Amino acid sequence: MSLSSRAVLNFFRELTLVPVIVVLMIAGAVVNPVFFTTSNLINVAEGGAALGMVVVAESLILLTGKFDISLQGTFGLAPLLGAWLIAPKASMGLGTHVSPWLGLLIVLLVGLVVGTINGILVVKANFNAFIFTLAMSILLTGLQLGWLGGQTIYNLPDVFIYVGSQSWFGIPVSVWVTVVTFALAALFLRYHRAGRAMYAIGGNLEAARAAGIQVDRIRIGVFMVASVLAAVAGLMQAGRVTAVTAGQGSNLIFGVFAAAVIGGVSLDGGRGRMVGALTGVILLSLVTNILTLSSISSTWIDAVDGAIILIALGLAKLIGTERA
Amino acid sequence: MQQDSSAGPAKVPAPVGEAEHVSKTFGETRALIDVSLNVNPGESHGLVGRNGAGKSTLVSLLTGLSRPDRGSIRLEGQPAPGLADRGAWLARVACVYQRSMVVPPLTVAENVFLNRPTAGNSSLVNWSSMRARARELMLEWGFDVDVDQEAGRLTVEQRQVVEIARALSIGARFLILDEPTAALEKAAVERLFERVRRLRDGGVGVLYISHHLEEIYEICDRVSVLRDGAMVLSGAVRDIPQASLVAAMVGSAPPRRATEIEAVEKKGELGERRLVVDHLSVLSRAGSVADVSLSVRAGECVGLVGLDGSGSATVADAIVGLLKPHSGRVTINGAAARPGKVDAALQRGVGYVPQDRHARGFVPQLGVAENLTLTVLDRLARSLGIVSFKDRDALAAKQASNLQIVAHSLDQPVSSLSGGNQQKVVVGRALAPDPSVLVVVNPTVGVDVASKEALLDTLAKARDQGVAILLVSDDFEDLRVCTRLMVIVRGRVAAEFDQPPWDRQRLIAAVEGLDVAV
Repeated sequence: MSLSSRAVLNFFRELTLVPVIVVLMIAGAVVNPVFFTTSNLINVAEGGAALGMVVVAESLILLTGKFDISLQGTFGLAPLLGAWLIAPKASMGLGTHVSPWLGLLIVLLVGLVVGTINGILVVKANFNAFIFTLAMSILLTGLQLGWLGGQTIYNLPDVFIYVGSQSWFGIPVSVWVTVVTFALAALFLRYHRAGRAMYAIGGNLEAARAAGIQVDRIRIGVFMVASVLAAVAGLMQAGRVTAVTAGQGSNLIFGVFAAAVIGGVSLDGGRGRMVGALTGVILLSLVTNILTLSSISSTWIDAVDGAIILIALGLAKLIGTERA
Repeated sequence: MQQDSSAGPAKVPAPVGEAEHVSKTFGETRALIDVSLNVNPGESHGLVGRNGAGKSTLVSLLTGLSRPDRGSIRLEGQPAPGLADRGAWLARVACVYQRSMVVPPLTVAENVFLNRPTAGNSSLVNWSSMRARARELMLEWGFDVDVDQEAGRLTVEQRQVVEIARALSIGARFLILDEPTAALEKAAVERLFERVRRLRDGGVGVLYISHHLEEIYEICDRVSVLRDGAMVLSGAVRDIPQASLVAAMVGSAPPRRATEIEAVEKKGELGERRLVVDHLSVLSRAGSVADVSLSVRAGECVGLVGLDGSGSATVADAIVGLLKPHSGRVTINGAAARPGKVDAALQRGVGYVPQDRHARGFVPQLGVAENLTLTVLDRLARSLGIVSFKDRDALAAKQASNLQIVAHSLDQPVSSLSGGNQQKVVVGRALAPDPSVLVVVNPTVGVDVASKEALLDTLAKARDQGVAILLVSDDFEDLRVCTRLMVIVRGRVAAEFDQPPWDRQRLIAAVEGLDVAV
């Protein structure tokens, strides 16, 4: 009833998953002593970094009441085009010898272009977000596959793979970038007028419009930012494996939605926070890691993965984000 | 535009909102014809009129949602800003609509300061100053709402307060309240009046739109009456007796409309009590009802009359099981209905014509025959549940000719029919299983005159064949098939009429919540 108790309650609602994460960590330690080694935990973080970036992107869009399936297509195609431009001919590139920085620019540009197209057509032309971004996703993934003919681009310049392959203070750069992105997104959503406007748009579009919020401009902007974030995430992934494969990004989006939703971001828009989305990412990354470390046969991993997501979803529903 | 100098002596402040000879036409409909109205600071101005009189159009002009075809709008003595300049409109006039314009996931404080700077010129949000200012505002106007609460958890009354507070904090001194009491309980209405008085004393000009005339007398200084798009009466409330107000709303009897609603001659005898509603109370967003009791005999058609939101439709929804009653009982053909079970109610012999035919009435892409027989599939089905198309089409053809449904063929999708024929399909569907009780809600809304006749004749015929009909309607034309009327005001039975023909004036007075004094 009082302010303080409600604020505390709100805070904990975002941390619904923390007990689950604790249980998972105990389970991890039991399953395999390797789990609690520094190198493994860093491995978990690095594995979650690219996913986390895309989760930030998708959560931003979800908050405004839309969604974007094609983030996974951007995740694959953007680094591919960048890498293709700068890699030598021998390793499936164009062999142009242009500056690798141009490659990075291309990566971001592809994200921007795809995001702009999605944003304008979904928001302005009022295409259904599901079917439009699904088609866009199929198109991007198809381009990725066709471009490479199923091959892999490798031998990438250091600058290009820096984010995905280097470390600062023993922690991968990609992890730093993702953590900072989460923090910036959280602060922006909480303390910037445009961030609050995003909640208003997702919460009651008509009310937001009536209050003079530039509803369309913000929603299109969010699509653009999200696609750029997905492109950066793709760059991390490429750097981590020091190559761009024809299959990079496929099926990524399911994990992204799962992490956002079990982290308390509402699919109906207007509800959810970055802290929650982060716990969702941590949870999924831990599950993947523990399953890999365990003796479960690799063919069963997907099934167990799905079951755990369902359980987490039920738990999140039970403890909290939904109103009584 | 030129500076206006006709505002009178310098002492008199300019009206906070003013419409000067405005006209607005939508297609063929002349929604407003040369209407002038002004609301002064510190005044509460009532605006009344029956549905379709042009109130909403006037509000949309005054709030900058559309532009008059002729005439002009002035706010605080200045010509109105351009439609695109939302900010300028918001700073001068605010309308609290019936549908809520708060953002549920945000806090009250955020809703009050939605899209407005809280930290000087920066576009950052200063949470503590925002909360403090919201709290201050609530205190200043005497509103009792916790500013840190999530708006989604507020009651309807509290949401209204938030919207009023938002408007006041922007600086608007012209407030339009569009049927603010429709969804409020009695105590909340009292508190609202208190707030309106306080706003008025604080120099705010209030345009108060309501169907409930007693509210106008309670808190308005002046009142204006719209009828068919024209301003027919305007003046100080104390100079206008209720009877004149009602007369202005209804109008003098036009040629084709008698003051009395002609009732269809009743044939046949009344039978046993088919539908009994006993002390029914239902909570609903669309209008709660409290302690409603009624019964309908075979061969009787009881009209349940009430304004939108009065709860008349809620009674119907509760009878067929769409809504769960809070307390009370519904008995259908002697057996207690199971609350919340629509299929059970229909199985017990209830036919139902829902209020919103598009949402609940028919399956648009299916054909006429299929829609007409949806309710009797079990009867049409032979062994193994296989439906006989021959039987189905025969039955549908009979229904279609009874109801005079105009369609190319029985396979024509219902979505491509006219509104009147769609409604005939819905009624036909309800009648197909030969119900013993028929619950009908607003059967003739948006229907052409010929279809209306056909529909009402069908209902009268069903009544004469011994069906017990409960007809919920706010269209007085519908009431001619009724043998008895009950008037619902604010969720309670306010009056009963049991001797047709019905007196239009008395009926309107009763529906508007006035004492039925002739």
